[in-house]
Amino acid sequence: MSGNASHPVTMLTHNKVQLALHELRGGEGRALLLLHGLGEQSPDTVPAWAGSWPGPVHALDFTGHGRSTVPAGGGYNAEILLADADAALAHLGEVTVVGRGLGAYVALQLAGARAAQVRGAVLCDGPGLAGGAIGPTSQFFVTLPPRPTPPDPYALFEMSRDLRPPDYATLFVRLALEGSGLDEPIAVTNVVKPPWLAAVADAVGVLSTTLPEAIAAYAGLPS
Amino acid sequence: MPGARERTRSLDVMALGDYPGVVTPAREYHLDAGGVQIAVHEWGSETADPLFCVHGGFDFARTYDVFAPKLAAAGWRVIAWDQRGHGDSAHAALYSWDGDLRDAMAVMDAITQRPAPVIGHSKGGSLMIQLADAEPFRFSHLVNLDGIPYKRAIPDASEHERTRMAASEITGWLDHRRRTATSERKPGTLDELAHRRGRMNPRLSFEWLCHLVTVGAFERDDGWRWKIDPSMRFGGFGPWRPEWTITRLPGLPMPFLGILGREQEEMGWGTLPHHVFPYLPSGGRCEVLDDVGHFVHIEQPDLVAGMVLDFLGGAS
Repeated sequence: MSGNASHPVTMLTHNKVQLALHELRGGEGRALLLLHGLGEQSPDTVPAWAGSWPGPVHALDFTGHGRSTVPAGGGYNAEILLADADAALAHLGEVTVVGRGLGAYVALQLAGARAAQVRGAVLCDGPGLAGGAIGPTSQFFVTLPPRPTPPDPYALFEMSRDLRPPDYATLFVRLALEGSGLDEPIAVTNVVKPPWLAAVADAVGVLSTTLPEAIAAYAGLPS
Repeated sequence: MPGARERTRSLDVMALGDYPGVVTPAREYHLDAGGVQIAVHEWGSETADPLFCVHGGFDFARTYDVFAPKLAAAGWRVIAWDQRGHGDSAHAALYSWDGDLRDAMAVMDAITQRPAPVIGHSKGGSLMIQLADAEPFRFSHLVNLDGIPYKRAIPDASEHERTRMAASEITGWLDHRRRTATSERKPGTLDELAHRRGRMNPRLSFEWLCHLVTVGAFERDDGWRWKIDPSMRFGGFGPWRPEWTITRLPGLPMPFLGILGREQEEMGWGTLPHHVFPYLPSGGRCEVLDDVGHFVHIEQPDLVAGMVLDFLGGAS
């Protein structure tokens, strides 16, 4: 574990990448896991809206962001970032997850992929929410110069155009609904709903609400 | 086990030197592709016209060890490279088709700025359809060797059952990702690796598979291991759908030749001729080889090389 002036940071290993998991607040009980948006990084302190959460609060820097490894040569996709989040889940155990933008899409995937361990996923507005097309498009490919500091330009480029078909997104809603035992395992708080999120919001098992209400609802769930 | 060791040695000697038609590349070197070291293998004269060969998933450039020399003998400079994580190329932190395509562009840019013929097998064929659609100026001709994905047959199952299958696939992949930091390929004797590969390539000869081990694996004290990054895994999941690639075919402007093997195999896409014909680009054609499987250029190197050379019309 390493740290800075404000909070401890645990470096998790995901394949060849070191991921920074920030412990914004310690405590007992189910953790709240924060997933940042595209081009962002974890906050330094517990956000005001998470202040009422009764347990510990952690935040993960995705690959290529914040204090996590910036790999050479790109090759990002949402599924790799899902595996990043899964590394945090393996470390923390049962969580409630809150994602902003790109992190909202990954939070949805995590809620479906590890339904028994995710007690609610809250989807919020943020950078990288829309993603790319919902089907094949005309494409171009570019080689990007490295930046001296994160975020990785390839993360910005590739995750702003990753395919997000609505029926693929709703697969994770069904997985969450069938595997979590919760009536509403997904909460959508977004003002803006790109096609994948509109389909998610219309699905059975998805709660449309505000962020504080979603936090309160999932905080009250038994572990 | 001295006996096993002796058997390995004897097969080693046989496979290294004796597989008929194998020609070691004339030049082998690495290129930097955005920080990823890509291994390049060339056959033929360095001053001849370039022709690119792109291997399939879980393969490597040296799978062209018999096919490429036949093209080189006809006057071409044949360039193949190991995709990231494969063969002698670096094991990257991340893998994606976009990454593979950027690596391909780095190799092509290092060789020529002019349009050149490109041959792609299996996943390499599918990658090159996508690149030909995005950057047609790179291609004088495109040859696709059993590398056109098509929608796989969906089992007759309820939505609940399909969801359950997806859950199993996704958790299996995530469980694999949790182990990749410390995982290694399973070691074995040379012939054990050849037999393992044979389960995926049942139509290829044991002698050929032994040759593949000698160029696609490395040996340590406890045995041989395939060079491919152990974090790579068959299957996986994601939003991409096989049928999307074929929709790029009709608009391709360069001369196009597809060669399909009629025999279906596990490593193939399961694409049948009647799937491809409606999507052929103007002037394009698709040949179907009876009693040939997914590895058309390995099962029938002379026939396929002849078809390709006829199609290309000769190097200048």
